[in-house]
Amino acid sequence: MNLNVTLIAQAITFFVFIFFCAKFVWPPLVQAIEDRQKMIAGGLAAAEEGKKSLEVSARQSELSIATARNRAQEIVVQAESRVAQMIEEAKVAAKQEGEREKAAAKAEIEQELARAKESLRSQVASLVITGAEQILRREVDAKAHADILNSLQQQL
Amino acid sequence: MTVEVEALNSTAYIGHHLTNRTISLGEGSFWTLHLDTFLTSVALGVVGFGLLWWVVRGATAGVPTRRQAFVEILFDFVDSQVKGIFHGNRAFVGPLAMTVFIWVFLMNAMDFIPVDLAGLMTEHVMQQEHWKPVPTSDVNTTFALALSIWGLMIFYNIKVKGWGGWVHELFCTPFGSHFLLWPLNFLFNLVEYISKPLSHALRLYGNIYAGEIIFMLLWMWAATGLVGSVFGGVLALGWSIFHILIVALQAYIFMMLTVVYMAMAHEGH
Repeated sequence: MNLNVTLIAQAITFFVFIFFCAKFVWPPLVQAIEDRQKMIAGGLAAAEEGKKSLEVSARQSELSIATARNRAQEIVVQAESRVAQMIEEAKVAAKQEGEREKAAAKAEIEQELARAKESLRSQVASLVITGAEQILRREVDAKAHADILNSLQQQL
Repeated sequence: MTVEVEALNSTAYIGHHLTNRTISLGEGSFWTLHLDTFLTSVALGVVGFGLLWWVVRGATAGVPTRRQAFVEILFDFVDSQVKGIFHGNRAFVGPLAMTVFIWVFLMNAMDFIPVDLAGLMTEHVMQQEHWKPVPTSDVNTTFALALSIWGLMIFYNIKVKGWGGWVHELFCTPFGSHFLLWPLNFLFNLVEYISKPLSHALRLYGNIYAGEIIFMLLWMWAATGLVGSVFGGVLALGWSIFHILIVALQAYIFMMLTVVYMAMAHEGH
């Protein structure tokens, strides 16, 4: 136990080290740790925020998907009804067209027939007249028997 | 050292290892400086706090490097101890506790170097006949620390409570403020103020000094022959491992008492 000036020297050294530690070691370390704590807290808050916004957008997307699905359904239904309608219309139009064609053909045929009948009739009449003239050239007076010949022609 | 080992004179061997390297700064025995204690402690402090400073200078708030993480673990250990006892601004008490812990730990840890290996180095490289490598086994170091903390304790007592508050506390606590109790209170506080630095300093000194003596006895046994070397070596290994606990524990206790004294100075009885 010999206390001497070493004690004072050691005490001074001690205070120098305390000062050094308090000035150059402790504050930057505290600063770094506090900054990191803030950074981590900020990161966690941001993550929480992100999670929330993700939830919101998920809900929104679900909603818009549902809307789109409904809309598509509607469009399909509309298209189907439109198709049925168009088919129906086409059927009606085709039928009408067919009827018209048929009627026109019939009319034409009838016309043709009438024309043929007329020409046939006139040809037969002229043939008959010619035949009758040749047979009755001498006995029959064309003028006298004209009315008979005319009625005959009418009857053919 | 070699002479003593050859002679196997235990008193001379231990005495030799416990003799400080001294220089005289003036007249009288008081002005003797233990150069070994002083220079070893300064070197340890410079290395220890220099390393801390080097790591802290490059400290980042981002992902820490391993050495920064180590320093932060150390910081967190000290800071949480201080936080648990001392309720107030830790801007001074925190670094004070850290300084005490690291410095005392490093000085205690010099005990791990086998005395004769340290002696080999100090005798042949540094050309010093006497060199005690463990600064905390010198009462001057432990009393320097304890009395500095004692001074800080009184300083903060006065700073926080004022002269009046402190004197009031000296005379009116712990038994009461009746004037008949004043002498008793003062006596009680006087004993406390004297015993604090004494127990603070001598606890550390005693533990480390005793540890050193046991090491020396074991090394001395190790020099007696093959059997002595084997048993001495094995026991020294065991004592070293146990001594890791003592070194750390004494540094921890010293730091905790420092913080407790500071807390008492700030908060009163």
